[in-house]
Amino acid sequence: MMTLPWLDLPMVWAGLIAVAVLAYVLLDGFDLGCGILFAIEHHDEDRDVMVNSIAPVWDDNETWLVLGGGGLLAVFPLAYATILPALYPTMIGMLLALVFRGVAFEFRFRATTRGGRQAWDIAFGVGSTVAAFCQGLTLGGLVQGVKVVDRAYAGGWWDWLTGFSILCGIALVVGYALLGATWLIWRTEGELQERCRGYARTLGGTTLGLIGVVSLWTPMLNPAFQARWFGWPGIVLTSPVPVLVALLAWRFWRGLKRREEASPFLCALGWFVLCFVGLGISIFPAIVPPSITIWDAAAPPESQAFLLVGAVVLVPMILAYTGYAYWVFRGKVRPGAHYH
Amino acid sequence: MFGFDALALARAQFAFTVMFHIVFPALSIGLASYLMVLEGLWLRTGRAVYIYLFRYWLKIFSLAFGMGVVSGLVMSYQFGTNWAVFSDKAGPIIGPLMGYEVLSAFFLEAGFLGIMLFGMNKVGRGLHFLATCIVAFGTLFSAFWILSVNSWMQTPDGFTLAADGRFLPTSWMRIMFNPSFFVRFPHMVLASYLSVAFLVGATGAWHLLHDRQNPAARMMFSMSMWMAAIVAPIQIGMGDLHGLNTLQYQPAKVAAMEGLFDTTRGAPLALFGIPNMQTEHLDYAIEIPHASSLILRHEWNGEVQGLKAWPVADRPNALVVFWSFRVMVGLGFAMLSIGLASLWLRHKRRLYDSRVLHWAVVAMGPSGLIALLAGWVTTEVGRQPYTVFGLLRTADSLSPIAAPGVAASLAAFAVVYFLVFGSGVLFLLKLMAAPPHSGETGPDPQMPARSSGIMPGPVLVAGE
Ligand code: HDD
Ligand code: HEM
Ligand code: HEM
Repeated sequence: MMTLPWLDLPMVWAGLIAVAVLAYVLLDGFDLGCGILFAIEHHDEDRDVMVNSIAPVWDDNETWLVLGGGGLLAVFPLAYATILPALYPTMIGMLLALVFRGVAFEFRFRATTRGGRQAWDIAFGVGSTVAAFCQGLTLGGLVQGVKVVDRAYAGGWWDWLTGFSILCGIALVVGYALLGATWLIWRTEGELQERCRGYARTLGGTTLGLIGVVSLWTPMLNPAFQARWFGWPGIVLTSPVPVLVALLAWRFWRGLKRREEASPFLCALGWFVLCFVGLGISIFPAIVPPSITIWDAAAPPESQAFLLVGAVVLVPMILAYTGYAYWVFRGKVRPGAHYH
Repeated sequence: MFGFDALALARAQFAFTVMFHIVFPALSIGLASYLMVLEGLWLRTGRAVYIYLFRYWLKIFSLAFGMGVVSGLVMSYQFGTNWAVFSDKAGPIIGPLMGYEVLSAFFLEAGFLGIMLFGMNKVGRGLHFLATCIVAFGTLFSAFWILSVNSWMQTPDGFTLAADGRFLPTSWMRIMFNPSFFVRFPHMVLASYLSVAFLVGATGAWHLLHDRQNPAARMMFSMSMWMAAIVAPIQIGMGDLHGLNTLQYQPAKVAAMEGLFDTTRGAPLALFGIPNMQTEHLDYAIEIPHASSLILRHEWNGEVQGLKAWPVADRPNALVVFWSFRVMVGLGFAMLSIGLASLWLRHKRRLYDSRVLHWAVVAMGPSGLIALLAGWVTTEVGRQPYTVFGLLRTADSLSPIAAPGVAASLAAFAVVYFLVFGSGVLFLLKLMAAPPHSGETGPDPQMPARSSGIMPGPVLVAGE
């Protein structure tokens, strides 16, 4: 078969899956963030603008989540087969929440009564918030470790539920809300934009605080994490991360103060990227901490190589036409605009 | 939980969620192609009725598509949550195929869907039509890959078994184009087309019953009756081929479809009966002598194997398979009759006046989807007790999740799905109940498109 001996396929795929998950977090993050902000944005017209700003792209954004899951099954089946049973309740919770969030795009515009409209608005807001919270729980539950014996999950029903995973859940809700608010600063104008600047200030500060707490807590979960972060030579790799976070923070508040439109969003995305890198530093080369590495979990090289061919050809195309779709719907989203 | 074990609950959950899911992709596959045809006809002829129909069905499509996406997302994680051992063992084979589905189909659909739905006035007509075509082909690519996966589970090929029971790929060609793929894929695509044809036809007929002159209703009725007349017979032919293929690779399934327990020469075809798995007998049978042998073996006295040829533990549930198969085939022939009737009435120039036909088509509106579900039940229940046919038992595929956990998630799925997709179906019906625009003029395809001020969602527009 077409195996390439000089290529460490599991490494390549670990990178690609990581990129898919990161792309999902960044892109659906601002979608979910807009939904989370429904909790404090009550006017019909503003809500329409918020939804319209993401309607043409949310499906594409969510597809990265399908790629994350499908990709894991394809190239790291053992990881797929242990993580999902271990985190069964949070996964089911997330999927159901995403059902509500996803259908609400269509349903809220189709409802003909005020009550119906309100019900689907609640579904949208609550669905987005619960999905974000469950994603945080999932992340926390994974990072703190999953007990695997004999290629199968061997822990209990509630293992994932700890102070750490709840903290991750809260952090992700706040962080996504920040992405949503800064996205709206970029894509809207007038009073909504002004209010979002206010939200961004509060959410930005809170996000930074939560990043700090999670970062301090993570190394305490597992001595291996600690060694990687504070030991030599790991510290050379890890020390720039907090510095860059601080630099972005400075840029973020300057952007807000000078009423720039895109920079707060980009800085918030930057924070997410850095946190993700930090996470990678902590757990690498495990894919299911603490025991399963990317090489343990890897599908046979025939499977990984077969899909890699497709990924190499198709991912650049996907990026190109996704970029095009964003470009088509660029510019400010204005209230009262109809689609007919 | 209520006497069900984790295995039964997990099966119920998978069956429940996938049966909800498949309804929407079937609509998307059929409607996307229909919309492509409508837009193409509009660009060619400039006739307003095509663009009205396009807009009318576009709304329905976008609803169905959204529901397909969210229910599909659930499916893509269920292999891991509920069938962990299956995922670990078969993942190296089915995973890359589903990976290709995501890369080559889901992204394509999702990337161009926004433009198809909201971009008519932003990108110009040619590009918009291109987006519609891409979405339509995307849905077909999806069907291609997922049916390749499913066919492989029915007729596995192109792999070796590792010592630890994992399936390792040896030939991707033989995996993708496994022996039942060539019958399953066309059968499913045609099933989607028929499902949509009958929904469109029923909508048209319903509006014709109220206003025989409505040009949009006449157009959709006529188009769908052509589909019924042409596609239904092809589908029946495909189904026949499918049956022969199944006889070759999964003879126990065929025995269950026929309700045949004893291996028989000159086997009869049962029109009615109640297969009894305990007594191993087809109760209350009404049979046509020798017909089964004729259909399956093309011989008067051909031998057909009965279920008793397999140990009890290897037999699928004949009661379910026997009846789901009859529902599908019965509806297939009902569709054929509608198609033939429409040809006759068209010839007599009474296609738009025959209230009997209109009522019959309204009644047959859901028949495509029902046949499609019945077909899948035949296929999947008939594959039992295996997930990978002959090699990996369903009972050995399960995740280590205890029964109460699965019961809780199943209950949550049931509540949420009935609520959410129930509302969705009501919205769909409401959209179909709204009479299509019967105006005479419409936008001219040659006119330049407006380029600003159009945004995705209407702001609480009643009715429309
Ligand atoms: C990728 C593979 C795949 C695909 C495309 C489908 N299924 Fe399936 N189906 C399975 C993979 C599977 C499975 C994972 O293998 C299950 C779960 C438990 C089992 O025994 O097989 C299953 C079970 C299963 C059952 C329960 C059978 C039983 O337990 O007796 C039903 C009724 C269906 N499916 C129905 C469908 C429908 C309506 C589909 C149309 C989309 C469908 N399946 C597509
Ligand atoms: C159990 C198996 C299945 C899984 C895991 C699955 C998974 C999915 C997923 C994840 C999506 C959403 C994609 C997106 O985000 O855009 C989806 C949508 C879709 N699926 Fe499935 N699916 C299954 C069965 C099927 C079958 C049997 C067909 C058709 C023959 C099919 C056809 C489609 C199509 C055309 C879509 C696009 C959305 C739509 O049309 O509604 N799927 N599926
Ligand atoms: C009347 C003639 C028909 C015959 C003889 C026929 C035959 C079959 C057979 C033998 C199977 C395969 C079971 C298996 O081996 O796995 C099947 C499956 C199926 N049928 Fe039909 N069928 C007919 C009509 C229809 C119609 C009208 C529809 C829908 C509109 C339909 C939809 C399906 C679907 C969705 C499946 C499952 C997917 C697949 O295996 O292809 N069939 N059919």
